[in-house]
Amino acid sequence: MISEQLQEDPLVAAIQARFPDAIQSGVSQHDQAILYIDPAQIVQVCALLRDEHSFNRASSVTALDWHPQEPRFEVVYLLHSVGANQRLRLKCRVSGVNPAIDSVTSVWPGANWYEREVFDLFGIVFNNHPDLRRIMMPEGWQGHPLRKDFPIHGHKYDYGEGSTQ
Amino acid sequence: MIETPASTRKMTLNMGPQHPSTHGVLRVVLELDGETVVGAQPEIGFLHTGIEKQCEALTYPQVIPLTDRVDYLANLSNNLCYVLAVEKLLGVEAPPRAVWTRVLLTELTRINSHLVWLGTHALDMGAMSMFFYCTRDREELLKIFEMFSGQRLMTSYFRIGGLALDHPRGGLEACHKFIKMFPSKIDEYETLLDNNPIWKSRTIGVGTVPVETLLAMGATGPMIRAAGIPWDARKDEPYSGYQNFEFDVPTRTENDVYARYRVRMEEMRQSLRIMKQALEGMPEGPYQADAPKVVLPQREKMKTQMEALIYHFKIVTEGVRVPPGEVYQVIESPRGELGYYIVSDGSSKPFRVHMRTPSFGNIQTLGVMCEGGLIADTVASMGSMDFVLGDTDR
Repeated sequence: MISEQLQEDPLVAAIQARFPDAIQSGVSQHDQAILYIDPAQIVQVCALLRDEHSFNRASSVTALDWHPQEPRFEVVYLLHSVGANQRLRLKCRVSGVNPAIDSVTSVWPGANWYEREVFDLFGIVFNNHPDLRRIMMPEGWQGHPLRKDFPIHGHKYDYGEGSTQ
Repeated sequence: MIETPASTRKMTLNMGPQHPSTHGVLRVVLELDGETVVGAQPEIGFLHTGIEKQCEALTYPQVIPLTDRVDYLANLSNNLCYVLAVEKLLGVEAPPRAVWTRVLLTELTRINSHLVWLGTHALDMGAMSMFFYCTRDREELLKIFEMFSGQRLMTSYFRIGGLALDHPRGGLEACHKFIKMFPSKIDEYETLLDNNPIWKSRTIGVGTVPVETLLAMGATGPMIRAAGIPWDARKDEPYSGYQNFEFDVPTRTENDVYARYRVRMEEMRQSLRIMKQALEGMPEGPYQADAPKVVLPQREKMKTQMEALIYHFKIVTEGVRVPPGEVYQVIESPRGELGYYIVSDGSSKPFRVHMRTPSFGNIQTLGVMCEGGLIADTVASMGSMDFVLGDTDR
């Protein structure tokens, strides 16, 4: 379902013309457009937006955890076109069982660290990512802190050399 | 066994996490061929404090002091961005006096941040006295912050719907005095650096990255403005009444360390210009919005009106209930695009607060920027990015 406000949007029309079933739904909140995209087509849609609609940067990539709902995660892409001075938010629903989605680093190299952060803090795997490692937490860390079922006070963690906390 | 000749052997050098030029804890893994940097891989996360996670356990007003700790050199910019985002979700608008004060103080924050950058950047490059001059003048500025908020660094002065307090006695006069005093100081810095042969030879032509790469890698702020892209959220996506102010967006085209220095110096002058207009046009009236369910009532009212007491109790114990929805608010922090992506599920605690911090995007370009340069140029490039590690790691 695409809301009435967005149905006239030329961007929505352009994406639908090329990838008819890519947009699952769309809403506009506080004058900001949000499009739910089929996770399997996210890279194509992003490439289209970059090449033909001058979205030359991904401002940020982040995620939401709707635990215990299913699909559990939403990966959020905050896109920005400097030339057209326009912003667009894409969202992909990802299952909570072995969460994975294709990486958009091939479209915007700057998505690299943002996806690493989502991988680290939410545990969502990005396929075809060039360097998928933890970025914030130590390498041996267990769990993903921004998940809703991760306790706010953290787990006990061994910092090595006999020290425990 | 024949040893590999030294000329073909590459060396890996660990710069940081405790290197003085990183101004925090950043580790850069340099791959060297002699003095030349072949590869540079920044490693972050040493200052990760889980602020985004903590926000989810606090009520909306309680999050404000946490936002100070994100970018500790531009705390009011972070306060402003968070507060604007929540106000958008609530549909509350701050009164004109609050809006203009916010502009006045965030521009002062820009100067504050640029002064720390200039002092430390010049210190890295061997111009030690710059650091003393900059801290000397920053002191005046911190005194103004202390007058307004009672704090020199972690100000937390803005509130959802307005300000924490009205202007202190003598606050605006102190700003006036600062505006009068500061232009000559900028001239002083420029006299020291602009034609300094060492400064020029270490900055001109250093740290150049193609502008498309900068954008695609996520750099914003003075980094892209020094590459000729005049994008500035204050002009292009005006917030907090910036459309009422007259100022220029300084740009350069050289795209090197020197150009970034020039852009920031000019930005300080423009900030003074905005501050001057904010002072001259400072409206009278309330400093908090008329929204009893969001803004804490005045002490006087609490003593005489039952309703005010109830609202006070509710806000303090339960927090503010924010209608479900999400918003992405962008402001121009001294370092570039600062964005708060806030999702509300209708409760009094944010469901998710994502901070799109400018340092995180800027630092990503470090690898590309350092490749092919000398080790000493790495220090110059890092300084020109003006990153804050608290802002990067959150």
